[in-house]
Amino acid sequence: MARQLMKGNEAVAEAAVRAGLHAYFGYPITPQTELLEYLSRRMPELGRAFVQAESEVAAINMVYGAACTGSRVMTSSSSPGFSLMMEGVSYMAATEIPVVMINVMRGGPGLGNISPSQADYNQSVHGGGHGDYRQIVLTPGSVQESVDLTVLAFDLAEKYRINTVILSDGSIGQMMEPCELPEMQPLRGVSTEPWAITATMGQREHRMLSSIYLKVSDEEKTNIRILNRWRQIEANEVRFKEYYLDDADFAIIGFGSAGRVALTAVRQARAEGIKVGLLRPITVAPFPVQQVAELSKRVQGILVTEMNGGQMLDDVLRIVKGNCPVEFFARLGGVVPFPDEILSEIHRIAKGPLSVDVDPRSAWLDRMAAIVN
Amino acid sequence: MTSQPITEQVVYQRPEALSDVNTHYCPGCTHGVAHRLVAEVIDEMNLRDKAIGVAPVGCSVFMYNYMDFDFVVAAHGRAPAMATGIKRCLPDRFVLTYQGDGDLASIGMAEIVHAATRGENISVIFINNSNYGMTGGQMAPTTLPGQKTTSSPLGRDVEQQGFPIRVSEMLAKLDGASYIVRRSLHDPKNIRQAKKAIRTAFETQVRGLGFSMVELLSICPTNWNLTPVDSMTWLEDHMIPYYPVGDYKVHPAVAEMKI
Repeated sequence: MARQLMKGNEAVAEAAVRAGLHAYFGYPITPQTELLEYLSRRMPELGRAFVQAESEVAAINMVYGAACTGSRVMTSSSSPGFSLMMEGVSYMAATEIPVVMINVMRGGPGLGNISPSQADYNQSVHGGGHGDYRQIVLTPGSVQESVDLTVLAFDLAEKYRINTVILSDGSIGQMMEPCELPEMQPLRGVSTEPWAITATMGQREHRMLSSIYLKVSDEEKTNIRILNRWRQIEANEVRFKEYYLDDADFAIIGFGSAGRVALTAVRQARAEGIKVGLLRPITVAPFPVQQVAELSKRVQGILVTEMNGGQMLDDVLRIVKGNCPVEFFARLGGVVPFPDEILSEIHRIAKGPLSVDVDPRSAWLDRMAAIVN
Repeated sequence: MTSQPITEQVVYQRPEALSDVNTHYCPGCTHGVAHRLVAEVIDEMNLRDKAIGVAPVGCSVFMYNYMDFDFVVAAHGRAPAMATGIKRCLPDRFVLTYQGDGDLASIGMAEIVHAATRGENISVIFINNSNYGMTGGQMAPTTLPGQKTTSSPLGRDVEQQGFPIRVSEMLAKLDGASYIVRRSLHDPKNIRQAKKAIRTAFETQVRGLGFSMVELLSICPTNWNLTPVDSMTWLEDHMIPYYPVGDYKVHPAVAEMKI
């Protein structure tokens, strides 16, 4: 199939359509709105369901109902809207049904702004909704990757009956890049999954899907089942990309847009002869724990770079366990770092000295005082 | 061997759509009556095989245990949104929500209003018993002025807590709604009328005529601190004057239906 120039949000929408999206429910919010607008035309054209809901709360609960039928369903939003969806996110996780959600992150907290951010990492990776649950979180760094991960998201969601989030941001959603779209998959008929709520049609016993387990022993079993399934996901579904790491003295870890900006800086540093590489997690949940652990044993230092206050940094520190010094650099609140800023960090780190005893967030905040004031 | 022909006429039995189990409802509660009416109409219309119910959060959260057809359980107030998701994916199935007044008229007000205004082709059974039953009798949006509840112990003070919401009258103003009526479950005559309204609501959906809701005035003896019989009298004396039984919206296409 020929490559075409597409805006990130629209490419994700078309990729979902081609992956067999049966129903979409959403609410307008910048910088995600093009996704909703695109599907408002495209879905009816194909005789599929599209509803602009009255709120993100309603949208996610429409998704909840639709997902219970075993249909391929999706919603999309941006940070403040995602907060509103947390009710449904928790219920869906408890009900163990496949759902795909796109979060085109923007600056926060609160109303924040409409610029790119990665500040919903913790919300997506470490909860957000109430209760013990996990969800798969995929982080694209380009329009093409957004397309590919959208298709993958549906497959993973269904394979494990789990919420799957594409954690994108305003820059990936808004930028135009050439991309290759997948082939159109045929729309499936009524689900034959043994759990799907499709009405008995006189063919079977009646079924029920809910998130209520009033008997605490049943709830405990459900929690353990969800956690055991997560162990399988951790064993089988970790995805990441490595750049120039084979002979690297220093490694950068960054996902999505921050990882992409870091790659430009790494290439410049390499041209200068600095042996630095990049680990870009594609799945931040499950996190590439083993890869980070191994890296920490063979490099002289790790630089974590994010567009938030060090949410992934905490996960990296937990894995590195003092094996090597960890440094941190971030722009946040909707500010996207320039490659030069990360290159300066590479220069600083390559020059040393580094210490495992320095609190990377604290040190970064001290350095930021010179930049932001 | 010859035997005398036995003629047997069944005049009353458990509807097929109602599971043969004991419910958890309090003695005298009208949820049982409402459940039975829903089940009877589903049987009469042969809808059980294609029915999907959406249970609310509230006393009827376990409705799925009592009905012999597919069910999901919504988050508090979100049943109309969940029903929308189901109906849009499976438009030829019969989709029903069953919601109390806290669920529908308080936390779920946005979802019910917008489902109605979209003309979503679903049916809603709305139980109005003027308080939050499951959590132990707190003030609901439907609690009457002066009515004592556990969270309005001196009686609902409209200066402080505002006025009750008449849901049927409000939703009837929406162009998208096709059939909005209020009935009561306090005596046999009204129960029969309630059943007829449920039948009309379900026919409205089956014929693709859009959003239908039957509000059912119900009793809550446990939380009202009244006997079931006194509760029926209280409903008639206090609720019906504030919430008159009647048809609030009947789309001409619904009015023309021959049932």
